[in-house]
Amino acid sequence: MTSKNILSRLKGDDSLIFIALICVLGFIWSIFAAQPHDVPSMIYPTMEMHGFILMGAFIIALIVIMFKVADGLPQIDHSEYEDGVIKAGVIATTFWGIVGMLVGVIIACQLTWPEIFYFENLPWTNFGRLRPLHTSAVIFAFGGNALIATSLYVVQRTCRTRLAGGNWAWFVFWGYQLFIVLAATGYLTGITQSKEYAEPEWYVDIWLTIVWVAYLMIFLFTLARRKEPHIYVANWFYLAFIITIAILHIVNNLALPTGPFDAKSYSLFAGVQDAMTQWWYGHNAVGFFLTAGFLAIMYYFIPKRADRPIWSYKLSIVHFWAVIFIYVWAGPHHLHYTALPQWTQTLGMVFSIMLWMPSWGGMINGLMTLSGAWDKLRTDPVLRMLVVSVAFYGMATFEGPLMSIRYVNALSHYTEWTIGHVHSGALGWNGFITFGALYCLVPWLWKKKELYSLKLVELHFWLATLGIVFYITSMWVAGIMEGLMWRAYTDLGFLEYAFIETVSAKHIYYVIRALGGTLFLLGTFIMAFNIFMTIKGKGLAQPLDGDIPLAKRPSVPTAAPILAGE
Amino acid sequence: MFLRIHKFLEKRSFALLIGIIAVVSVGGLIEVAPLFYIDSTIEEVEGMRPYTPLELAGRNIYVREGCHACHSQMIRPLRDEVERYGHYSLAAESMYDRPFQWGSKRTGPDLSRVGSKYSDEWHRLHMEDPRAVVPESIMPPYKFLSKNALDISSIQADLKANQRLGVPYSDEMVEKAASDLRTQLDEDADDYDGFVTRYANAVVRDFDGNPDKISEMDALIAYLQMIGTLVDFDEYEAEKDENLR
Amino acid sequence: MSDNTPKIDEISGTETTGHEWDGIEELNTPMPRWWLWVFYASILFAIAYAIAMPSIPLVNSYYKGLLGASDRKQVAQEVELMGGQKYELFNQLNGETLEGIEAKPELFRFAMAAGKSAFGDNCATCHGSGGQGFKGYPNLNDDVWLWGGTFEDIRQTLTVGIRSAHDDTRFNIMMAYGREGFLTNPQIDDLTQYVLNLSGQEAEQQAVLRAGTVFQTNCSSCHGVAGTGDQSQGAPNLTDNEWLYGGDAADIRATIYNGRQGVMPNWNERLSPEIISALAIYVHSLGGGVATPQDTNTEDAP
Ligand code: HEC
Ligand code: HEC
Ligand code: HEC
Ligand code: HEM
Ligand code: HEM
Ligand SMILES: [Ca+2]
Ligand SMILES: [Ca+2]
Ligand SMILES: [Cu+2]
Repeated sequence: MTSKNILSRLKGDDSLIFIALICVLGFIWSIFAAQPHDVPSMIYPTMEMHGFILMGAFIIALIVIMFKVADGLPQIDHSEYEDGVIKAGVIATTFWGIVGMLVGVIIACQLTWPEIFYFENLPWTNFGRLRPLHTSAVIFAFGGNALIATSLYVVQRTCRTRLAGGNWAWFVFWGYQLFIVLAATGYLTGITQSKEYAEPEWYVDIWLTIVWVAYLMIFLFTLARRKEPHIYVANWFYLAFIITIAILHIVNNLALPTGPFDAKSYSLFAGVQDAMTQWWYGHNAVGFFLTAGFLAIMYYFIPKRADRPIWSYKLSIVHFWAVIFIYVWAGPHHLHYTALPQWTQTLGMVFSIMLWMPSWGGMINGLMTLSGAWDKLRTDPVLRMLVVSVAFYGMATFEGPLMSIRYVNALSHYTEWTIGHVHSGALGWNGFITFGALYCLVPWLWKKKELYSLKLVELHFWLATLGIVFYITSMWVAGIMEGLMWRAYTDLGFLEYAFIETVSAKHIYYVIRALGGTLFLLGTFIMAFNIFMTIKGKGLAQPLDGDIPLAKRPSVPTAAPILAGE
Repeated sequence: MFLRIHKFLEKRSFALLIGIIAVVSVGGLIEVAPLFYIDSTIEEVEGMRPYTPLELAGRNIYVREGCHACHSQMIRPLRDEVERYGHYSLAAESMYDRPFQWGSKRTGPDLSRVGSKYSDEWHRLHMEDPRAVVPESIMPPYKFLSKNALDISSIQADLKANQRLGVPYSDEMVEKAASDLRTQLDEDADDYDGFVTRYANAVVRDFDGNPDKISEMDALIAYLQMIGTLVDFDEYEAEKDENLR
Repeated sequence: MSDNTPKIDEISGTETTGHEWDGIEELNTPMPRWWLWVFYASILFAIAYAIAMPSIPLVNSYYKGLLGASDRKQVAQEVELMGGQKYELFNQLNGETLEGIEAKPELFRFAMAAGKSAFGDNCATCHGSGGQGFKGYPNLNDDVWLWGGTFEDIRQTLTVGIRSAHDDTRFNIMMAYGREGFLTNPQIDDLTQYVLNLSGQEAEQQAVLRAGTVFQTNCSSCHGVAGTGDQSQGAPNLTDNEWLYGGDAADIRATIYNGRQGVMPNWNERLSPEIISALAIYVHSLGGGVATPQDTNTEDAP
């Protein structure tokens, strides 16, 4: 069979050769990009900087590869799981989480106290440049690393096989970090396509495409090599997430650069078509990155941590196909009442409403998995985090369809309400499920009996919960107030408030939001500390007995170490 | 039936992949593709023209600074919005916008009709220090825009790329991009007449209050001052059937 | 290890599917009834709404919906309907004089409300939310006027603007006497003292004497022989110690050296004549409005 052939070819032994080839090609391109442009350029100032960053990255990669290859192509031990790259992913997730949330707190402070947090001579500190840094750092750097790390962990365990592709996994990891660095430095210095959640310029987009295709291949070929007859539900979601993000990313980023070594590009689509493509992308970045991918995390970590079976197989099937089919249609709810033709808006609205129950299918399956194990919530703060995240997921996916109703959206659109909705999903759902997964993974990966301190997890949980409550309630109130003020009329029929009055009225809610964000960030710092101490083996994080080789692919399913220890 | 198909896919990774691709493609194809061929997607209007080189450079600065993070450029057909900001935005008004800048958050007011609402001087003061003119403002200061010289070296490539994508720039416009950019800042420029015939209704003057310098502020204000001013709403028949959609 | 034989989960009493991955099993619980029913209901609603509204793309058009709804039609109707209540009073504003409006309390209140509303989003950005203005942007609360403070003057100013894009804009230029080389630096220093003196501030008397003729030849055509200004030309009174561009020596010197050409946009294209009338009423009543002159008496303007 040819697929057999492909599989054996991809054992990983020769992956380094291909990776080296990519690095060489990239290096050649970046030499040109790093050429100084004839006039000191203001609009495209960082092309040279990016050229140098890329040159540096590829050189380092090539040196590392050379050292590895010096002793012949490394052999892959197929009796072990590939966990090194997952450990790296856990650390990267934590790091970028802190960066992204810190920037979130900074921009929250900028809107609250503009005279303190703006610096007129430091253009890169301006809100307009930091905001995309925040969204990309939390979604793609924090969320993305969490998704990549957990997916590679879960797919190995649930397929009982080592990752396909050998060193390609490392290529994906480092390639993805390089993408993040290019994106972030680009925003700060003014390189952006300005399409929300797709801001990186064309050459960064191309790089991400290469990395993402490698990721898809690793995942797919690992699935193909599985030792289980069925594919586990978490992997359906991971697969849908990876492939759909690839499609969305490529189509929405189609653009023509002004030159092969220029940073600037112009979108292939214009105006109304560009808007629709963008929100087809933007909404499904939510649907497949922040939802499908994270549901996959839920489908592994909740049953694992609770030690209970998934509640309903049928529900899994129906809600999986319904979610991925319906989500794609809902994009126009970001463009209600705009110059997008109304027929498109209608479709966006009705599909968003039909999305409600399929979304809740995931919530129900997650929560009901706990049935028979509810008492564990009292004692295990990690499980509590996982479960509360599912509750927030349910809340955000109820609010979403509500906001998709055109008449509601007429009020909520453009206001802080959207921001409240975003963060009940982002902080409550994506944040908590990621924290929970990290708390599970660290002792499993580093082979410790427990986390350094469960008390600190407890503290993290309460700080973060309080932070979320402050954040989302203040934004709801601010958003609805603002929406009502914009459309308020005096009894003689004239607009009652000037725009600027709504800005002043929101100040107090901005203060509360900044406070909530700070609490949430504080929690994340505590988590980072806890993870650090666990890795160092302090406190409760005693090493598991050396003779339980967890990374060894066992002939029976792995139990989580915490259970092994019990 | 449905469950049987699923059970088939659940055991085959490549088939599952194909199945997912098929299912997620439907919505996009039905919603996005028709926008490119249904005529009524973009209204027929008088007055739309491509951006002048200076305006385009200003727009690129608007994009670079992420103004859309706070400012929408999309007035919705809702009573309060048309009374506050002016005629609702038409699809035609952003037909040369690559990328579009409709925005999704209004931390600051909508800007789709800000053109010619204020003086250049006011814009300069306001961009340099918003709180000096509007004490309650929470907008960031952009003082560096007045200091930065505008990069003209790439403007021809900018127009060229737009032309390739179908924006109706003539070869002459592309050819003269850099000189047109300078001409728009100087009423006494040699090619004044040529410029105003190439770009109907373009306003020619020094925008940043410093005639000796071509700054990024010049470009940005030139752009701000023309946003939403092109369509002639006296000619536009809002009540016409195909414009109602 | 998947042996594919379903078994009964003890805790819930439900059968499993027999699949197992890394220790995770699945129950074969049926889908919740209520969940299915709400899902069906949302689908039914979706279909009904899509039939009522424009929804389906066709070959070269789209399905318009049973209700024939259109946001654009709707907003046009709403504006008209809401406007309808206002129309009568609105129409009365058109071309009405100050006295005419003041004579009708209801109309006056209406005009004030309209003016206040329009002021917030259009004027406050330059003239301050209370009309207090700031450097370069006149205070509208006081009785110091560049182009006159009667209702008609203000309405004219709003309609055509000052140094605006309007063809008939109010226009006059305070030239850059220094930068453009009309006067020498010492002359400008002297003039600065002269203007300080005019406004009753402390000034160096030698310089004031020296500047006398320079002022009369260069400045009096606009600002008047006594420096009291001329509202028909928009030339400010220099004796009242009220300043648009600041009244200390440095500011005055900068004014004379660089000239000043404040721009007030014209509003005739953005606002209707009725709203402009209302705004004029509003501004007039902010505190500095000047009564309509019975005959031509420009003298008593302060
Ligand atoms: C942090 C949010 C924020 C950012 C970023 C921002 N603005 Fe603003 N902007 C505001 C707020 C708030 C106001 C209303 C108060 C005021 O007039 O300053 C405003 C007002 C304005 C106005 C006056 C609009 C009117 O009709 O009164 C203009 C023009 C403007 N901004 C342009 C820009 C441009 C151009 C940029 C980017 C270079 C930008 N803004 C970036 C928040 C922002
Ligand atoms: C771009 C900023 C700007 C805006 C917006 C603006 N003004 Fe002005 N306005 C000015 C400036 C500058 C002057 C003074 C012009 C000069 O220097 O002669 C002025 C002058 C005036 C005057 C004449 C004052 C006098 O002393 O004669 C009136 C009255 C006035 N504005 C009212 C309004 C009203 C009402 C609005 C709103 C519809 C408005 N302005 C909007 C900038 C503005
Ligand atoms: C052609 C008419 C004209 C002449 C001649 C003229 N001015 Fe002016 N001046 C004006 C106008 C108009 C303004 C108001 C400018 C504005 O509102 O932006 C003004 C403003 C001023 C101001 C600022 C007043 C304030 O409130 O801040 C000073 C001071 C002044 N002029 C002094 C002079 C002196 C000294 C001369 C002679 C060298 C002179 N002007 C000649 C028209 C003139
Ligand atoms: C059934 C599910 C959901 C629906 C129907 C839905 C619907 C909506 C709607 C109507 C908006 C406002 C658009 C606007 O007015 O601008 C919105 C914004 C947003 N939602 Fe949801 N939502 C859902 C779930 C979620 C979840 C789980 C998240 C996870 C984080 C999320 C993240 C976001 C984000 C990030 C935005 C802001 C987009 C932007 O303007 O930049 N949503 N959503
Ligand atoms: C410490 C925690 C956080 C704080 C203080 C914070 C703060 C902010 C602020 C101030 C904004 C800008 C809102 C505006 O423009 O008015 C924002 C936007 C956004 N944030 Fe956060 N954030 C935090 C965490 C997160 C996390 C963890 C995520 C995602 C996983 C996230 C996703 C987003 C998104 C998607 C937007 C854009 C919303 C939109 O465009 O509508 N944030 N955040
Ligand atoms: Ca991009
Ligand atoms: Ca947004
Ligand atoms: Cu959405």
